[in-house]
Amino acid sequence: MNANEFVHRQSAHCESGVVSAMLTHHGLPLSEPMAFGLAAALTFARIPIVKISGMPLIAYRMPPRCIIRGVAKRLGIRMRFQTFRNPADGMFALDGMLATGRIVGLQTSVFWLPYFPADMRFHFNAHNLIAFGRDDSGYHLSDPVFEAPVTCDPNALQKSRFARGLMAPRGLMYYPEELPERINFPRVIPAAVRANYRIMTKAPVPFVGVRAIRRLGRELVKTGSRARGDFRYLRMLLTHIVRMQEEIGTGGAGFRFVYAAFLAESAEILGDHRYAEAADRMTQAGDRWRDFAVQATRMARTRDEPDPAELASMLNDCADREAAVWDLLRVI
Amino acid sequence: MRTDRVPQDGNTTTYGGGRKLLYAVDGNGRYVGVQSMGWAIEAAATRHALEEIDRQREAALNRVRSGASSPLEYYMYYRRMDLALLAQTSGFWQWRIRRHFRPAVYARLGERVLARYSEVLGIDMAALRVLTLDPGP
Repeated sequence: MNANEFVHRQSAHCESGVVSAMLTHHGLPLSEPMAFGLAAALTFARIPIVKISGMPLIAYRMPPRCIIRGVAKRLGIRMRFQTFRNPADGMFALDGMLATGRIVGLQTSVFWLPYFPADMRFHFNAHNLIAFGRDDSGYHLSDPVFEAPVTCDPNALQKSRFARGLMAPRGLMYYPEELPERINFPRVIPAAVRANYRIMTKAPVPFVGVRAIRRLGRELVKTGSRARGDFRYLRMLLTHIVRMQEEIGTGGAGFRFVYAAFLAESAEILGDHRYAEAADRMTQAGDRWRDFAVQATRMARTRDEPDPAELASMLNDCADREAAVWDLLRVI
Repeated sequence: MRTDRVPQDGNTTTYGGGRKLLYAVDGNGRYVGVQSMGWAIEAAATRHALEEIDRQREAALNRVRSGASSPLEYYMYYRRMDLALLAQTSGFWQWRIRRHFRPAVYARLGERVLARYSEVLGIDMAALRVLTLDPGP
């Protein structure tokens, strides 16, 4: 199919959005929640040694490229991934693909993309978007978290494709080479749910899965008791957790809602009511995450002394609710 | 979240006037994508992080003006980086960058080192040498 007929679709998350739009464009219609769910991309992880501007990495979904690879593996799609040592080669290869009317996925930094709102420009390297054309005005990009396609200056695009640092994209460009005729949903959906069940409840390390949510709560309490009246770090940590949860590209509670939408869609496709009930409960868990965000932000932004114990109990509630969802899905 | 509960706090600057997509449950129990104009809570958390960066940048600016630090430190914060990130992106060790924060050392830096900073910070070589408050887009 020609890139001129490419249809931009806004999505909640960049990577699932790219996969959904890309496969749909190539004649394999797939919603964003379905892409997210089939990749078993929901998680909770708090990785102590990896720091983002001095703060621990807290992830509400699986690491970058996991959705693309996960969906490709689950559906038997052959993907081509290319990275480049030399930026000029990377831009040349992109131009070559666009010249033949292909669309490609690109990994970029957020910071160097000029069309991003100033408040959102942080050094986050694992953003994904689709390039579908180029003319004198620049590259035509379909950035899934934006409402409409955008145009980007070649220099800025090159800079963001070759930004260095944590999760450096190294010019990553990807596209499907071979796609299946159709998707065998009754087979792939339960397999994907089981995979996600294992991630959330059976992770071999304590900082991944449902129990990591409780662990984060305990850690907040510990940080609070060590603060000795100086709550600056605790306050930064709280808004950091919320930002990891809500910002464009991440969206923690947002991911709970995406997964709930996946479960609801699965319930309809498979005619299985258990998925619908799990969807309801996942939504409730997401709502609790949002309540947590409200409370954590309030504590960070007011002069009153923060109450980490209250936050910890809210996190435990989130964990309980998520555990209940996976309990329901255990038998699938 | 129900569709009618999706926050529409349009007075926040976080999305730069754009709208973000969220999934929510409509009146018939169906999951649909809903565009949100912004959420005050998310905006407050973002502002908190930005204020911290601004604070560091202003402190660096004062040090540069008083001759205690080189423009490089200001530019680092100007690009919303910290020492760890600048070290990662430039490939210089942190102690070496810290040394370049000394005005006397910075003034004698060679073209090649400056070119590396120019590349990772996206700031012209000429602008790098002196203090310019707003050196680039």
